[in-house]
Amino acid sequence: MVTILNWIVLVLALVTCIGLLLQRNWRWGIGLLAAQYLVIFWLVQTHWPVSMAAVKLVTGWMVCAILGIAQLNKDPAQETETSWPQGRLFRLFTAGIIIATTFILSLRASSWLGLSLPIAWGSLLLIGMGILQLGISAQPFRVILGLLTVMAGFEILYAAVESSALVAALLSTVNLGLALTGAYFLNIPEEEKP
Amino acid sequence: MSAPVLWIFLPLLVAGCLLLVRNRKVIALVACIFTLLLTLAAWLLPIDTVMTIGSWSFKLSSSFEILGRHLVLGSNDRTLLVLVYGSAIAWFAAAPAIKAARRLSSLGLAITALLVAALAVEPFLYAALLIEMAVLLSIPLLSAPGEKPGRGLIRFLIFQTLGMPFILFSGWLLAGIEANPGDLGLVQQAAILIGLGFSFLLAVFPFSSWIPLLMEEASPYTVGFILWMFPTVVLFFGLGFLDHYTWLRDAPALGSILTTVGILMVVSGGLLAAFQRHLGRILGYAVIMETGFSILTISLGGTVGLNIFFMLLVPRSLSLAVWAFALTILKEDSPTLMLGDIKGLGRAWPFATCGLVLANLALAGMPLLAGFPPHQAIWEGLASNSLPVVSWVLLGTSGLIFSAIRVILAFASGSTAANWESRETGAQRVLLTIGFLALLLLGLFPQWVVPLWTNLPAIFTHLGQ
Repeated sequence: MVTILNWIVLVLALVTCIGLLLQRNWRWGIGLLAAQYLVIFWLVQTHWPVSMAAVKLVTGWMVCAILGIAQLNKDPAQETETSWPQGRLFRLFTAGIIIATTFILSLRASSWLGLSLPIAWGSLLLIGMGILQLGISAQPFRVILGLLTVMAGFEILYAAVESSALVAALLSTVNLGLALTGAYFLNIPEEEKP
Repeated sequence: MSAPVLWIFLPLLVAGCLLLVRNRKVIALVACIFTLLLTLAAWLLPIDTVMTIGSWSFKLSSSFEILGRHLVLGSNDRTLLVLVYGSAIAWFAAAPAIKAARRLSSLGLAITALLVAALAVEPFLYAALLIEMAVLLSIPLLSAPGEKPGRGLIRFLIFQTLGMPFILFSGWLLAGIEANPGDLGLVQQAAILIGLGFSFLLAVFPFSSWIPLLMEEASPYTVGFILWMFPTVVLFFGLGFLDHYTWLRDAPALGSILTTVGILMVVSGGLLAAFQRHLGRILGYAVIMETGFSILTISLGGTVGLNIFFMLLVPRSLSLAVWAFALTILKEDSPTLMLGDIKGLGRAWPFATCGLVLANLALAGMPLLAGFPPHQAIWEGLASNSLPVVSWVLLGTSGLIFSAIRVILAFASGSTAANWESRETGAQRVLLTIGFLALLLLGLFPQWVVPLWTNLPAIFTHLGQ
């Protein structure tokens, strides 16, 4: 049953990261990111106690809240897509390459790390898609989404080998810090007068 | 009270309070006095020893437990604390003269504290997470107010963030190698991960593109501070790896890999600096070269290499501070900082132009300047191992000297009818004069700063022996 659920979660991971790559509306982006943190919670709880894994979910949703509020306060005039190339077909094609590559890599990684295939593939898929997002976009919001996706994939993989509370706390802080950086990028203030 | 509370948590608290203050002069004054007190405390207060003042006695313990792990600052780390906080004073003290105190003093103090935490955390691999937190804190420092983040800033964030997972994961592999040292496959995988992690963190070519871009986009002084703090701490972190893992330290290929990476950075930095037309980018490439020189000193191995590595720290900090300070002053007059736009500025900004050129030459290792003694030691060490390596380093260094000549020509050109004047403020003139004198005096009397680094090798249990 758990294995079937892991595969279902992997499909959800696939949907969220492809959605993050293709979306042009920030509301969709944040919704997909929130769903992605559900994936992380599920895959991490296979190695960690549920109470510890819940930290990832809570942090992730806080990240989404921060980015959502920042987007609401953003100057609409700044909304321009600066990524290249912008074509969805191209993005789908590159996403397909990442899916295939990460599948091959996950076959080795699962035996090497002693992980089940959906977990290994899920984590590598998120890392790959995050890097792809970083590679094809220069828009700060998308860059932050890419970095959060890379971090998400890494956290799933790292949870299998490290269960320190300090690491969990520091990784949560880094995630929140990335979200705050994203919020800062979206609303960079003017210099205050002394 | 424990040492980590004094040198990590207290500075973080003070930095947080400084963010709430609006008056620039108050911020700069508090940050400087507080950092000076931290430096003096590191110099004077023994750790893990009971001190008695009259009827009152107290002990500064070395360890602080947090979530099952420890932050440890022992007696051997005191010299490092003096160096880190002492150099921070220099950066904070000069900041008000170029109106950079508000952000630099508060955020800079917090960044310094986090980087000290990175050097204190045990297991030491968690340092990667603390470095990442310092990177995130430096974003508001580096972004221009009211402007969209530039490409350099975005790349800085991406590359530094990508470095962290590689380092953390390599730590897990290294633990496996300690248990099973014969597994060559595992050794290879760990080496690749460590290499990639440090390449991102140290901006090794080709991951160095953010440095020149950032120098163009942001205030040279704040970028200079970041380019002093981060590579220095990451290099210490890297030395920690070598000190901790015997197999890594004794790996036969280590020396040649470090030499190759060092040469790559020195040559790429030098050659790119030679053909640059932007003054800020030249400084960026000089920093890349300096990181390369540090890696070359580590490649020399033994205590000799380690001593030269420490010898580079003070001249580098000083040269970078003077160069970045002078650039920030010149940016007021010529915001583009392009060679074509600074023609003749030497007559209007003589102190800033002298500071810039002297710092450039000092980082190139010119005789009589602060950078010469450590660079001469590097030349000597490399020449005793391999002459081709020396010729590559000569090529890179020539590039930086060539860039200095181009800058001098640009400053000196223009209308000869223009009168000599000094547009720098009084504080800027005083600080730059102190900078020149320090660059010259450290070149003539390098032994004056020896006490600053002579105890640093003791930080490392194995490398320092």
